[in-house]
Amino acid sequence: MLLRMSRRLGITLFSIAAVIVITFALTRLLPGDTAAYFAGPAATEQAIQEVRVKLGLDQPKLVQFVRYVGDLSRGDFGQSLTTGQPVIRDISSRLPASAELTLAGLIVSILIAVPLGVLAAVKEGSAIDHFSRVIATAGVSLPVFFTGLLLAYFFYFVLGWAPAPLGRLDIIYSPPPHVTGFYLIDSLIARDMEVFRAAAKQLVLPAATLAIFSLAPITRMTRASMLAVLSSDFVRTARASGLSTRKVILTYAFRNALLPVITTLGMVFSFLLGANVLVEKVFAWPGIGSYAVEALIASDFAPVQGFVLVMAIMYVLLNLMIDLLYGVIDPRVRMAA
Amino acid sequence: MKRRDFLKSAGALAASTALTAPAVFSPAKAQSRAETLLIVSEGGPNNIDIHGVGTNVPGYEVAWNCYSRLISHEMKKLPNGVEYYDKDKFKPELAEDMKTGDMSATFKLRKDAAFHDGTKITAKDVKWSLDRAVSVGGFPTFQMRAGSLEKPEQFVVVDDHTIRVDFLRKDRLTIPDLAVVVPVVMHSELIKKNADEKDPWGLNFTKQTIAGGGPYNVAKWTPGTEVIFERNENYKLGPLPKTKRIVWRIVPSAGNRRALLERGDADISYELPNKDFVELKDAGKLNIVSTPFSNGIQYLGMNVTKPPFDNLKVRQAVAYAVPYQKIMDAVLYGLGGKTFGAAANKPTEVAWPQAHKYNSDIAKAKKLMAEAGFENGFETTLSFDLNFAGVNEPTCVLIQESLAQIGIRTTINKVPGANWRTELNKKVMPLYVNVFSGWLDYPEYFFIWCYHGKNSIFNTMSYQSKQMDGMIDAAGAAASTGNQAEYEKNVKGFVDLAFADIPRIPLYQPYSNVAMQKNVSGYQYWFHRRLDYRNLAKG
Repeated sequence: MLLRMSRRLGITLFSIAAVIVITFALTRLLPGDTAAYFAGPAATEQAIQEVRVKLGLDQPKLVQFVRYVGDLSRGDFGQSLTTGQPVIRDISSRLPASAELTLAGLIVSILIAVPLGVLAAVKEGSAIDHFSRVIATAGVSLPVFFTGLLLAYFFYFVLGWAPAPLGRLDIIYSPPPHVTGFYLIDSLIARDMEVFRAAAKQLVLPAATLAIFSLAPITRMTRASMLAVLSSDFVRTARASGLSTRKVILTYAFRNALLPVITTLGMVFSFLLGANVLVEKVFAWPGIGSYAVEALIASDFAPVQGFVLVMAIMYVLLNLMIDLLYGVIDPRVRMAA
Repeated sequence: MKRRDFLKSAGALAASTALTAPAVFSPAKAQSRAETLLIVSEGGPNNIDIHGVGTNVPGYEVAWNCYSRLISHEMKKLPNGVEYYDKDKFKPELAEDMKTGDMSATFKLRKDAAFHDGTKITAKDVKWSLDRAVSVGGFPTFQMRAGSLEKPEQFVVVDDHTIRVDFLRKDRLTIPDLAVVVPVVMHSELIKKNADEKDPWGLNFTKQTIAGGGPYNVAKWTPGTEVIFERNENYKLGPLPKTKRIVWRIVPSAGNRRALLERGDADISYELPNKDFVELKDAGKLNIVSTPFSNGIQYLGMNVTKPPFDNLKVRQAVAYAVPYQKIMDAVLYGLGGKTFGAAANKPTEVAWPQAHKYNSDIAKAKKLMAEAGFENGFETTLSFDLNFAGVNEPTCVLIQESLAQIGIRTTINKVPGANWRTELNKKVMPLYVNVFSGWLDYPEYFFIWCYHGKNSIFNTMSYQSKQMDGMIDAAGAAASTGNQAEYEKNVKGFVDLAFADIPRIPLYQPYSNVAMQKNVSGYQYWFHRRLDYRNLAKG
């Protein structure tokens, strides 16, 4: 187990190093001149050159790279030119916003998709199976920004049930004292139910949007893997032994079907985290996806590099966590190691 | 919680939401909502110091409202009732008195003026701030130079409350240049405390901290999300600002900005698509103000250094082929100033922008193409800046269609916003749509940037003409000595030449569109086109 872990960590470190080199090279290859962009709308050639020197962009690429790696080793991700803040501060304030939204969306999605997938598999070919197929197809074929705008239109604009799509909190509230960066948790810690309710309300529509989108992979994966397990020998044996359907399905079949579902969940989570840019744009959510896109548009290298790096690290950690979860769920994985 | 909320909305339990609402809005919060003005827009500031490296346009708005300047402009009322800055009338702001001599101007500072922290503002702070503006380089230094404010030696402290600005040369733009966004007065002692050898002007400090004495102060700034302003309760340089608290939220989706306005949740929004503005105006629920950009023009430019656009007849042919009215109707929905199709006998005015005499006339354009030796037309690319794709893209498609009729086959080249400035600087794009507007509203100011042989970045056509340069320089000189006849002659001269040579074809004068709730009052149009918060009030 330990050996496997350390070997895995070695590969991890190598991939992170590769990510650093690649992102640096890629951001430099992008079209667009950072200095020209930041010299402002009324800049002369000379003014642009002044900005270029100030930003160190006149140095050879190798020098820029060495300086970049040196800064990274000190935990300095550089300065964002678009927000004017250190990248590390931007990311640490925006990552929880995205994570809270993504987790909320994922939890809603799991609560609906997993039971739906199990039911669809148990009653294969029934109405509920078709229903789950329709839901999944519809969810995945609607682009998230469309679902988001549609939900905002109906629940905010027409019906007025949802609060204004103005980000994480209505303007009359100030965010709870920072502990985790998750407003729901922080407001509970501060025992401020008013802010908790306000934050939860803001979260409903964007989380629902993400949930609708991620229903499909989870439902389909649950259904497929349940079907495979249900037709296996040990389930037949269990049924033949006269165990109750409930016991067979939940204890024996479902637990065995969980492995691929967990893998999918990991994938869906990291995918949503990066891909909820559009949801963030629609609901003015100050998340990490919209941050990276804005930086990219402005040819602002540091945040893009920081974003890719943080995402790479998160991916790696997530996969590590999922590997460990395998061991918990399935003893065979532990034994094999 | 999630599940419950989900069921709530899905189960149509509107009643229960309504019942719980009073508990959520405590009276104190409701009160604060009434005293808070909510502004929503597409983008926010990246730096709240106008002298900073790469401060973006939203950043200008913060600097405008949180810092004070020596002088500012009076307001005047346009015929449609909109308050508009009066470019010719200055009023004291930090200075209580201004005496303009032959080669200098002397400003007496108000004795009761203070920074947000209570420290009194002295002439020393004014000098330090102006020194900073002409020394930091980049945009602020460049803007100061436009008014012949170039060297720290020009700013002389006479006594604690008197400062003199010496002129390098006679330039009528010097005084107006002291009233733009850039020459702010900063808290020099506070900034010096937070500066170091690598950053002598403390740019890293002021990037996120206001060190001034303006009508508002930034209470909280979350980049990319919101800026919260609190009124400066001790503001002495003018009437106390009307609104206590201003919240500026960044809402990237134009559809949601409109929804927020229509539902009455947001008080003011700008940067909405023209179509939305027109529809909102027709619906009549909101107050929509459209004001022409002062000294601004959206134009179709041609690179005159290379064939085929080095040929005057080709340029004229293009000018006769542009579908001006279609652009006004289909792209702007009428929200634009007309700059084309003036009557043939209309005399040239001493004004800019003004309409040229070209009109859409395909037959004439074809004839000109034939005379130029391009009966079979040619191929070229038509470029635009994706940052303003909302108007640029449909404009280019319309132009493309019309040009095809006279044999000019164009490929549309969409340039990402980050890259646009670089492309302009290279001066190789043959045909492109672009916009320029000058802070200082004087025809010669526009022409120095856009037509002068000094070839600034905004002379995007690389236009060179000795005659043009001569008239622009002569107009500037005549203005500074007050020779009105000479000035008018030269302005008319360079406008006529710009239309005859037609290296850039004015398409229209863009409008600055602002939508607000009916109960919001006090909107003022300023040359920088951003909001001035001082007079904004609700209810």
